[in-house]
Amino acid sequence: MSLATAIRSDLRQTSPPRGTHACRALLRRELLLAWRRRSDVLFPVLYALIVVTLFPFALGPEDALLTRISGGVLLVTVLLAMLPNLESMFRGDLEDGSLEQMLLAPQPLALLVLVRVLTHWATTTLPLIVVMPLLALLLRLPIEVLPVLLIALLLATPLLALMGAILSALTAGTRRSAILLALMLLPLAVPVVIFAAGAVAAAQSGLPYLAPLLWLAAALILALVLAPFACAAALRIAVET
Amino acid sequence: MHDFLAMGGYAMYVWPAYAVFFIVLAWDWIAPALRRRELLNELRGRMAREQLRRQRAAQSNTQQEGASA
Amino acid sequence: MNIIPLWLHKLSSPPVFYRFAGALRPWFLWSALILGAAALYGGLVLAPPDYQQGDAFRIIFIHVPCAWMSLFAYFCMAVAALVAMVWRIKLAEVIAMECAPIGAAFTLITLITGSLWGKPMWGTWWTWDARLTSELVLLFLYLGVIGLFNAIEDRRRGARAASLLALVGIVNLPIVHYSVLWWNTLHQGQTVNLIGQSKIAPAMLWPLLLMVLATHLYFVASLLARARVGLLAVEGGKQWARELIAEKADA
Repeated sequence: MSLATAIRSDLRQTSPPRGTHACRALLRRELLLAWRRRSDVLFPVLYALIVVTLFPFALGPEDALLTRISGGVLLVTVLLAMLPNLESMFRGDLEDGSLEQMLLAPQPLALLVLVRVLTHWATTTLPLIVVMPLLALLLRLPIEVLPVLLIALLLATPLLALMGAILSALTAGTRRSAILLALMLLPLAVPVVIFAAGAVAAAQSGLPYLAPLLWLAAALILALVLAPFACAAALRIAVET
Repeated sequence: MHDFLAMGGYAMYVWPAYAVFFIVLAWDWIAPALRRRELLNELRGRMAREQLRRQRAAQSNTQQEGASA
Repeated sequence: MNIIPLWLHKLSSPPVFYRFAGALRPWFLWSALILGAAALYGGLVLAPPDYQQGDAFRIIFIHVPCAWMSLFAYFCMAVAALVAMVWRIKLAEVIAMECAPIGAAFTLITLITGSLWGKPMWGTWWTWDARLTSELVLLFLYLGVIGLFNAIEDRRRGARAASLLALVGIVNLPIVHYSVLWWNTLHQGQTVNLIGQSKIAPAMLWPLLLMVLATHLYFVASLLARARVGLLAVEGGKQWARELIAEKADA
């Protein structure tokens, strides 16, 4: 079901469709598209797996060393595996015109963008997090640290996805947008990585790890509220000719 | 003078630092000047081409009028 | 009361600003050079060596003004970016984009001179403490703004996109700084205060403050020069630009 059809079916009512209807329509469309391309889920997972296996080859398989670096390596790997998907977040919509449909919709663009970004995160990055226990095993991450790592990733990755969405909207349609997105996202990702890695490192040393996780949660809430507006502004700029 | 240049033994840190300062700011001054020269040349060329095109169009108009008269 | 907004409105017109900037630029440049020379003389020749750091402390007269300028340039860029995004004034777009390379230059100088100062003082070329890390991230932000602006064909749209990036990036600066502060910080604390006593000797303070003033004046001079070029680039086909070029050809 295309987005236009979904919104048109709502338009048969006499009053303009409510935001929730549009969100549901958009959600259905996103999940349907992701299901049709379900093999795409494997790419970031395979990428992360390959990168993770490179480290023991590069640094030697000594357990103690791997344990020390595993938390940080896993975080950076997830960040890098997110990049290609972030870059193409809006490109497909820009090319086939659905982006203009979204801009013209009577519902607030920020709301539609939020649904888009969160479903994008759920279909591309959540599989990565699901595979995390396997990757943690490969890098000898202590089992007690794994829950902290998972929570840190569940907080950090949507935050990165929201920031990446703004940048993806800004670079949509430009040449070399992949490299440009990476160059722009990495400085913004630095504090997120600092806090997430800090939580994992603290858990690994037996120190309290709640504070960095709370910082991440606060940042995520702030981003959930503000990033959709910035992203909507960026999309409007991107669509101008 | 020699003491000044030696900077108490830290010369190889102090003087490169000052050099970096002058070189980078010199680049910051020169780069837009070069860009400006390039831009003016390009704009001048564009104006000249447009003028040429206008002249040719005017000539061909007068030729047409002469031919049809 | 109406005179100031009227004057500002006139000034935002490209040909008016072009002439205004051209007239003002030499004043800013020369005052920057003269005050800078005086500051360097005071710092390199007149000031006595530091009792702890010897003559190596003289890097301060370059490092600190450039560090402050790297932040000031970002602030100017953010203000211009906000004006560009809200009111879509062409001049604001040009100014925002032209602040970025100057800011990047000052940030680069800060990082390199800081490294050259750190090696004899702390024994290391680099360390990941709050100040250094945030300054490095600042450089990446500048480069991101410059890169995004250059990647988009339409100059006005590119300027607006890069302005949005600059505004999003400004949030990052205090975050990076405070998040890394929880690690051990090797960088010196604040010694120069805006009000009240500073912990630095007067003979070293006045060249430093004079250099700060000189770099600010240079920043304005450079910005005026770059803004002129930026306006020409965006308005090349317009009547005022054509007349200007014709004038130059005759002269």
